[in-house]
Amino acid sequence: MNNISRISLLAAALLTLVAAAHADGDYRAQALSMMKQDFVTKGQASADRISEDGLQAICNRTGNKPPPEIAHRLEADQLAGVKLPADGKLLGDWKSGEQIAQSGRGFTWTDAPGLPVGGNCYNCHQIAPKETSFGTVGPSLFQFGKLRGNTAEMQKYVYSKIYNAKSFNLCSAMPRFGHIGALTEKQIKDLVGLLMDPESPVNK
Amino acid sequence: MKYRIAMAAILALTMQAASAQDKPAAAVPAGQKDATTLEFEKFRTQMEQEGNPAELFELQGEEFWKAKRGPKNVALTASCDLGLGVGVVKGAYVQMPRYFADAGKVMDAERRIVWCMVEKQGYKFDDLARRPFAGDNYTPEQTSLVTYVAAQSANMKFAVPLKDPHVREVYEIGKEVVAYRAGPYDFSCNTCHGADGKRIRMQNLPNLGTPQGALSAVLGWPGYRMTGSVMLTHQWRMSDCFRQQRFPQPKYASDTITALLTYMTANANGHMYKGLGIKR
Ligand code: HEC
Ligand code: HEC
Repeated sequence: MNNISRISLLAAALLTLVAAAHADGDYRAQALSMMKQDFVTKGQASADRISEDGLQAICNRTGNKPPPEIAHRLEADQLAGVKLPADGKLLGDWKSGEQIAQSGRGFTWTDAPGLPVGGNCYNCHQIAPKETSFGTVGPSLFQFGKLRGNTAEMQKYVYSKIYNAKSFNLCSAMPRFGHIGALTEKQIKDLVGLLMDPESPVNK
Repeated sequence: MKYRIAMAAILALTMQAASAQDKPAAAVPAGQKDATTLEFEKFRTQMEQEGNPAELFELQGEEFWKAKRGPKNVALTASCDLGLGVGVVKGAYVQMPRYFADAGKVMDAERRIVWCMVEKQGYKFDDLARRPFAGDNYTPEQTSLVTYVAAQSANMKFAVPLKDPHVREVYEIGKEVVAYRAGPYDFSCNTCHGADGKRIRMQNLPNLGTPQGALSAVLGWPGYRMTGSVMLTHQWRMSDCFRQQRFPQPKYASDTITALLTYMTANANGHMYKGLGIKR
């Protein structure tokens, strides 16, 4: 069985538990059936995007605070789906990483479908000091490599976090860029470069 | 007036380039406002002194409201009840969304106006829904009507009738909608608008669940938007945020949009609506 269906099976099983524990379902059920009727496909944004996947369902039903046992099992499952690069090299080109971090393009109904898309990173994070137009939904990543150490372990963490942020924090606000096939292996490496490379302006 | 509109058009062109979310802004020292924000604020102050271009649409909307129009050749002022009696516009905007027994639905202002245009004047809903929001050199009639109606509630307090169980139910459903995560990025409204003091790039994100946050989410709508020089309604804002959320497109004048507007507007109940806005 592939990873995704394994994850959704487990999620479905756990969901029954969670749903039973948080039975405030009436308005939620009404909201769900209302939304199923009220959305239409436009451009690449197909109507079926309105359905929740297993992980979203857990987060939606627990106010983004799933019970720790469930969160840990599902995080481990998300982590198991992270595909690390076969060549073992994680530190890409920070200059290209900066461009990916800047771009917010992709997946809306006004974007041309297909890859490559941007990382949206500056929408939520402070990163390199030169860019002062940054969002604050996520923490500052300025000096990330300097503060956390440019070790193999840390590079692996950053790669995995970008690949699937939910591997470490089940209901994180951050998208699962690799998991959904938004960012390619090379793009994620370049972003690791941006955050970790001692030559990157992030760590100067 | 002509001069002002021309200025607005020129500025909007320059702003368009700078305000797109995926473009880097010019570097400025941390803690200061970026160049686009400063430029925009300067222009907004100037427009506030000279008159908001939205007033042009208000005037247009007043004509539409009072004239006999549509296949049935009926005036809205003689047929449309916005909740306070047929033809009454003063104070109607700040008391919507509300429940309309004739439609059997809770409706926000835009939806109600569209309902009246269809039911009373005989327009076809599908025609009105085809291009429901303003774009290049185009403003839908219902947008002008909403602008007119909204302006007649300036300096009045939001008073969504939450005691009505129909409205309360839609409010509770709206609260679920803002928290609902789905789509490729796992976003809900609350991912961006669920906490105080957050920003996407330099744009401040109102926390929709708090009275102050809800107030800044509802103030200034409908508004004249610099980016593109267009008159836009609160319904448009909802639709564009669903776009950013990577959701599919909400149907025009749908229950989901009413639920969101009910939730946000009722959270701002008791606060003053300041009238038509000028938006970035
Ligand atoms: C919608 C907002 C959002 C976007 C877009 C986003 N992030 Fe995040 N990110 C967060 C939040 C919130 C956290 C903190 C919570 C968590 O760890 O999940 C975070 C955490 C992180 C962390 C871990 C920080 C730590 O201290 O361990 C890294 C690394 C990171 N993000 C990198 C990125 C990169 C690179 C991108 C662009 C590809 C990106 N993020 C895009 C919201 C976002
Ligand atoms: C990915 C982040 C994101 C998501 C998700 C999102 N918004 Fe927004 N929202 C923004 C940004 C950025 C702005 C400011 C846009 C601008 O100024 O052009 C904004 C503006 C708004 C405003 C106008 C505020 C004002 O000052 O007039 C409202 C109201 C609003 N959003 C409501 C919502 C609702 C309701 C949802 C869910 C359907 C939602 N947003 C989802 C990012 C988001």
